[in-house]
Amino acid sequence: MALPQTKEDVTEARLSTMQMPQGAGWANALRENALSRLRAVGLPDRRDEYWKYTRPDTLVQAQGPQAALFATQEEDELFGGVERLQIVFVDGVFDAEASDDLSGENVKIERLAEVCETDIHWAKDLYGVLETNGQTPVARPLATLNTAMATDGVMIHATGKVSKAIHLVYHHKSTSSDAILHHLIKLEEGADLTILESGPAAARFNKVMEVEIADNARFHHVRKQGRDHERVAVTHIFARLGRESAFKSFTLTANGVMTRNECVIELTGDDAVAHVAGAAVGDGDFHHDDTVFITHDAERCESRQVFKKVLRNGATGVFQGKILVKAGAQKTDGYQISQSLLLDGDSQFLAKPELEIYADDVICSHGSTSGAIDEEGLFYMRARGIPESTATDLLTLAFLAEAVQEVEDEGLREDINSRLSGWLERRRG
Amino acid sequence: MLEIKNLHVDLEEEDKTILKGVNLTVEAGKVHAIMGPNGSGKSTLSYVLSGKDGYEVTGGSATLNGEDLLDMEPEERAAAGLFLAFQYPVEIPGVGNMTFLRTAMNAQRKARGEDELSAAEFLKLVREKAKTLKIDAEMLKRPVNVGFSGGEKKRNEILQMAMLEPKMCILDETDSGLDVDAMKLVAEGVNALRDAGRGFLVITHYQRLLDHIKPDVVHIMADGRIIKSGGPELAVEVENNGYADILAEVA
Repeated sequence: MALPQTKEDVTEARLSTMQMPQGAGWANALRENALSRLRAVGLPDRRDEYWKYTRPDTLVQAQGPQAALFATQEEDELFGGVERLQIVFVDGVFDAEASDDLSGENVKIERLAEVCETDIHWAKDLYGVLETNGQTPVARPLATLNTAMATDGVMIHATGKVSKAIHLVYHHKSTSSDAILHHLIKLEEGADLTILESGPAAARFNKVMEVEIADNARFHHVRKQGRDHERVAVTHIFARLGRESAFKSFTLTANGVMTRNECVIELTGDDAVAHVAGAAVGDGDFHHDDTVFITHDAERCESRQVFKKVLRNGATGVFQGKILVKAGAQKTDGYQISQSLLLDGDSQFLAKPELEIYADDVICSHGSTSGAIDEEGLFYMRARGIPESTATDLLTLAFLAEAVQEVEDEGLREDINSRLSGWLERRRG
Repeated sequence: MLEIKNLHVDLEEEDKTILKGVNLTVEAGKVHAIMGPNGSGKSTLSYVLSGKDGYEVTGGSATLNGEDLLDMEPEERAAAGLFLAFQYPVEIPGVGNMTFLRTAMNAQRKARGEDELSAAEFLKLVREKAKTLKIDAEMLKRPVNVGFSGGEKKRNEILQMAMLEPKMCILDETDSGLDVDAMKLVAEGVNALRDAGRGFLVITHYQRLLDHIKPDVVHIMADGRIIKSGGPELAVEVENNGYADILAEVA
């Protein structure tokens, strides 16, 4: 079926501003393949059901919008309490000088451009593969665009327990940067790896992370999306989990006029566990969209989605979350909660929780709520002498706690909480 | 200490007058009790004094050591020394009991221009006070009032009172939902705080709490007014004969 003309025009206009990286070795064919897949579906527009609550305009238009810069020092300090190896990107370009030496025990880190020249490389069997799997039943064309056009990215191969966390730092230094990064992460059997991400990255940012987790491996991911309010971002995580493996991902988003975070997880080995959580706080023209799709395709797997949003002064929060339990995925334990705290009457929260279950012996629950601050609790705290603003902050942090609790490492958790407190304090001026 | 003069209060949402001219003075060092049938306005009085939304003061005044209470925010009233032990202590999921208590103490100290307590000083103090109220470390760690039994909630109120050392304590039906042993424990906690500089206003339906917390003055409240005041014997009279006699007598 031919694309509607408008969709084709938008897609071609976007493509006309970019060039596929040349001399990309084995990746050429994969990129060409992605390009034709993209041309077949076209970039999203607001008539697409999957984009009903989020207008993709700024993400798909030929030229991205400009975004003013914010102090970036904070991004360096973030996660300072943990042993980590920093990999720095400035407006989507790897900065070797600012980065640490890319070597560590039980881990090999390479750049996308380098590995494409190596004919025999694990990345060859992963690049665009999980992204392609993630295109059904719902197309994710911005991820396909990424596979075709990504200019940089890191390939991380963990073969055992990696003692240092790997911290991807995304600086934003140009008001008109338009960055596309594609990371591949492969955890061999029994490996244990923590990936941290922070920073606004670019005026417009499109990032894909494909994560292959073998049997008994554990993947931890903690991310803080940068504060540069005018930036727009679309990110995808595609993960495939083997037997008894674990995937734990948490994202903190403070500010941003447009953020769409998609997370697509396939549980393909028995007894695997996937937790994905997010805390988002914003006001005014803040727009934040969490879109999650979890497929249970093995027995006794557990999945958990916990998303909390604090919205003020007309901010918008979106949650689309689906749990698909395939026939045969018996004893599935699926949990999904999405909640928003609306600090005034102008803000809105749009949620679409979905369950689709083809197995008959499963436990799945989902809930979605939005509400105001608890007046009874607020009065109780004030009656004990706590000023209204402090009491409101405490109640707000308490609301977010279930999501933040998903961060296993205590130091990282405190880091996240202090960022949230800082955000709340600044809002009070 | 606490001086209430001709206080008139309406419910904001409905066109309804709850308090119709309350006059009451509680002196430092004294325990006053207010008894009265359901709907007489006892709890409203406690809420209005502590600054809860939803009530409109249409006349009269309430002062604490000469300061106009009705003009202050709830947190300012607390810092000025007013404490309300809630009839239904509120559960606050996600906020730890210790965090709550320490934030409250330090906020009050700060408002009064005093130094904040260090973590170590606070910990020492709270452990000591909790012990006498049989509140264990586990309870202190839990979120405020979440999963607490009725008795635990009331003991937690008294712990807060002991920590905050208010000048004027209002206890709103602190005996409700308590068994005899729990009531004794709560009463002991209150009695330990009685001193020459502190006033108490104990709101209750039943005389039995007053067996444990001996009042100096007992007031009977009905239809938004205090209709009779007397000594502790007035509470015994209510217990034996109900309110009907007193209401008839006044009418």
